[in-house]
Amino acid sequence: MTANETIHPTATATEIDASCKLPLLALLVGASVWLVIGSVMAMIAAIKFHAPDFLGACPLLTYGRVAAAANDALVYGFCLPASLAVIIWVFARLSQTVYALPLVPVVAAHIWHLGVFVGIVSILLGNSTGFAWLEFPRGGSILILVAFVLIAIPTAATFGFRRDRTLYPSHWFLLAALLWFPWSYASANIFLVAMPVRGVAQGVIDIWFGNNLLFVWFSLVGLGVAFYFLPKLTGRPLYSYFYAQYVFWTLVLFGTWCGIPAGSPFPAWIPALSNLAGWLLIVPVLGVLVMTVKTLGGAPVTTSSAETLPYFKVGLVAFIVSGIALHLVAHNEQLARITEFTWFGQAQVQLQIFGFLGMILFGALYYILPRALGFDFLFPKFTRAHFWFNLLGSVGLVIPLAIAGYAQGSHAYNLDAALPALRFSSMGLLLILVGNLFFAVNLLAMFLSWKITLVKSIFSAVTSPLTAVEVKS
Amino acid sequence: MKTGLPVIFAVVLGLGGSTVGFVLAPAVQLGSVKQTTVLNSTDLYPPQRIGDATLGLQVYRANGCAACHTQQVRQEGVACDVGLTGPGKNPQALSNLLSTLTLTHLTKEAADTVADQLTAAGGKVETHIVPAGADLDRGWGVRHSVAEDYLYDYPVQLGNLRAGPDLANIGVRSPDANWHLLHLYAPTSAVSNSKMPSFKYLFHLQKAGSTPSPEALNVPSSFAAPAGYEVVPSPEARQLVAYLLSLRANQPVYDAPFTPPAKP
Ligand code: HEC
Repeated sequence: MTANETIHPTATATEIDASCKLPLLALLVGASVWLVIGSVMAMIAAIKFHAPDFLGACPLLTYGRVAAAANDALVYGFCLPASLAVIIWVFARLSQTVYALPLVPVVAAHIWHLGVFVGIVSILLGNSTGFAWLEFPRGGSILILVAFVLIAIPTAATFGFRRDRTLYPSHWFLLAALLWFPWSYASANIFLVAMPVRGVAQGVIDIWFGNNLLFVWFSLVGLGVAFYFLPKLTGRPLYSYFYAQYVFWTLVLFGTWCGIPAGSPFPAWIPALSNLAGWLLIVPVLGVLVMTVKTLGGAPVTTSSAETLPYFKVGLVAFIVSGIALHLVAHNEQLARITEFTWFGQAQVQLQIFGFLGMILFGALYYILPRALGFDFLFPKFTRAHFWFNLLGSVGLVIPLAIAGYAQGSHAYNLDAALPALRFSSMGLLLILVGNLFFAVNLLAMFLSWKITLVKSIFSAVTSPLTAVEVKS
Repeated sequence: MKTGLPVIFAVVLGLGGSTVGFVLAPAVQLGSVKQTTVLNSTDLYPPQRIGDATLGLQVYRANGCAACHTQQVRQEGVACDVGLTGPGKNPQALSNLLSTLTLTHLTKEAADTVADQLTAAGGKVETHIVPAGADLDRGWGVRHSVAEDYLYDYPVQLGNLRAGPDLANIGVRSPDANWHLLHLYAPTSAVSNSKMPSFKYLFHLQKAGSTPSPEALNVPSSFAAPAGYEVVPSPEARQLVAYLLSLRANQPVYDAPFTPPAKP
C-alpha cells in the first residue's frame, strides 16, 4: 500500500455519499432559494408586458433591473452552484474515494451565495455594470470567483486521488467546466470592469462571455453529467467512448467562437468567424444525437431509473434543439436577420437554462440527494409533479418566445406583433415557477429534517453518558 | 486519454484560442480606435460627450434601458442615386432621356452608365452613395453603426433585444428634450399605445406656486399631477435626456461612407 492509498482508500458508495453531504447541502439550500427568487423576478418582468406599469413606481423593480436580476439569480444563484454540487458528487463517486476536504466547499458555498446576494441587490439598486451576464459589480464578482476556485481545487484533488485510474468521458467534460468558468469569468471581468478596454471591443467581449457561459459551460456540465448517469440508469455502457471524445473536442473548438450576430458594428472578420463556428456546431450536436439514440434506444426501464431517466432524456433533446437552432441561424442569413434582436434569442437562453441544464440537474439531484442525505424525500409526489411542470413549462415558455421573436422580426420590430405570443409565454413561466417551488419545498424539508435529526443526535449524545453513569451507580 | 493532461490541453486550445481571438484581438484592434475625420470635411467624429450627457449614460445603464433597446444599426449594402445638378444646353433632349431612366437605388455600375448617358446629353450630374437596409428604411439611421460611434461610451450599451426602437440616432430623430421628459414620465402621453413602462420615479411632485415653476414639466391634462401639484424632472431625468439627445451617429466616415444631403 502506498501512502496515498492509506490516506485515500477505496471507499464504499455509502461512505462517499456521506462525505459529500455537507458541501451538497451548503450549495443546494441557497441554490433552491435563488431558484425560487429568480423565477419570481422573471415573472414580475414578464407581467410588465401585460401591464407596463405593474410595480412601476418602485425603481428596484423596473423592467431593466428586475429582468437582469432574474437572469443572474437563475444562472449564478441556481445553475452554477447546483452544477458544482453535482460535479462534487460525480467526481467522488467516479474516483471511488471520499471527497477531499469537504469543509472547504462548505465555506466556499457561503461565500458564493453571499456574492450572488451582493450582486443581485446591486443590480436592483442600479449598480449593475451594464454588461449582459456580467452585471455583478466588483464586490459580487470577486466573491463568486474566489468561491468557485475554492470549490474547484478540492474537487480536482478528489480527481487526483482517484482509486479507479480510468478516465471517463464525464471526467473530460466536468474537468473542462471547472477550468472554463474561472478563466472566462476572470478574463471578461478584467477587460470590462477592472481595466476596461475602450469602445466597442467591450461589446465583443461581453457577447463572447455570454456564449461561453450559456452555451459552452452549460453544455460541458449538462453533457458531462448526462454521460455519467445514462449508463448508470440504463445499465448499459455509453455509446461510445469514441463519440464522446469527438463531441468534446468539437464542442470546445467550435462552441467557444459562436454567438456574435452578423450585423454587429465590429470588424467584419469577427461576425464572419463566429458564423462559421455556429455552422460547424452541427458536428457535436449530431454526435450527441447519435450517442443519445444509441445509448437509450430500447433500454429497459427499471423501477430505479423510471424516476430520473426522463429528466435526462428531455435534457438531451433540449440540447439538440438548442444546437440545431444555433446552426440554422448561422446557416440561413434570412432567418438570422429576422430573429436577430428579438425574443428568439431569449427563447434560446431559456431553453438552455430550464430545458437543458435545469432538467439534467434536477434529474441528477433527485437521484443524488436521498443517497447523500441518507433518507428519502418527504414529498415524493412533488418530485414526479416537478418533472411535468418543468417539461410543460419549458415548452410553454420557449416555443411562444420563439414565435414572438419571429413575429417581431418579420414585422419591423413592432412590439404589438409579438405581444400575443409573448404574453402566452408567461403561462409557461408560471408552470416552471410552480415546479421550482416543489423542488425547493422538498429540498428545504429535507434540510430541516436533517437538522432536526442532527440536533436530536447531539441531544442524545449529551444525555446518554449520564444515563450510562446512572446505570453503573 | 488516461490522465487529465489532454483535457487541460483542450481547454487551453479551445478557450485559449477563442480568448485570443475574441478578447485580446478585439481589445488590440478596437481598443486603439481614435476619433476619425468626417468624410470630405475636417470635422472630427465623434464629438466628446460632455456634462449631463456623460452622467446620463450611467442613468441609462442603471435603469437597464438596454434590456429593451439596441444601439446598433444594421445596413444590408449601398445603392447609388444619380442626381441632376444642371440642365445643360439641350433641356428638351435631356428630359426625354430622363423619362426613360431610373435614377435611384442603382448599383455602382448602373449608376455610372446612367451618369455617362446624361453627361453625353449635356447634363451635369452627381452620383450619391446611399446606404440601404431595413433599419435605415425605418428611419433608425442614415448608415450602419461603426466602432467610432462608441468611442466615448463606458459601458457600451449595444443591447440585444428590440422591444422598442433602436436608439443609436434618437438625438437626430427626436431632438426635443421636453418630448423625451414627457415620454419617460408617461409614455402613453407621448405615444398613444406605448407599451414602454413609465419612469415616473425619475420625477417628483412639488406643490405648485401661483405661477408654474420654470423647471416643471408641461403634462397633458389627462396625465397631470393632482390639483395644486406640478411634475418636476429629477436631475437624473435631465441627464438621461441629455444623453439621449447626444446619440447622433449620422456622420459619413471612412468605414460607412455616404453622400450627405446638400446643406441648404
Ligand atoms: C420594457 C421595455 C422597455 C424599457 C425597459 C425601456 N423602453 Fe423605451 N421603448 C419601449 C417601447 C415598446 C417603445 C415604443 C413605444 C414608444 O415609443 O413609447 C419605446 C420607445 C422609446 C423611445 C422613443 C423611440 C422613438 O423612436 O420614438 C425612447 C427615446 C425610449 N424608449 C427611451 C428609453 C429609455 C431612456 C429607457 C430607460 C430609462 C427605456 N426606453 C426603457 C420599451 C422599453
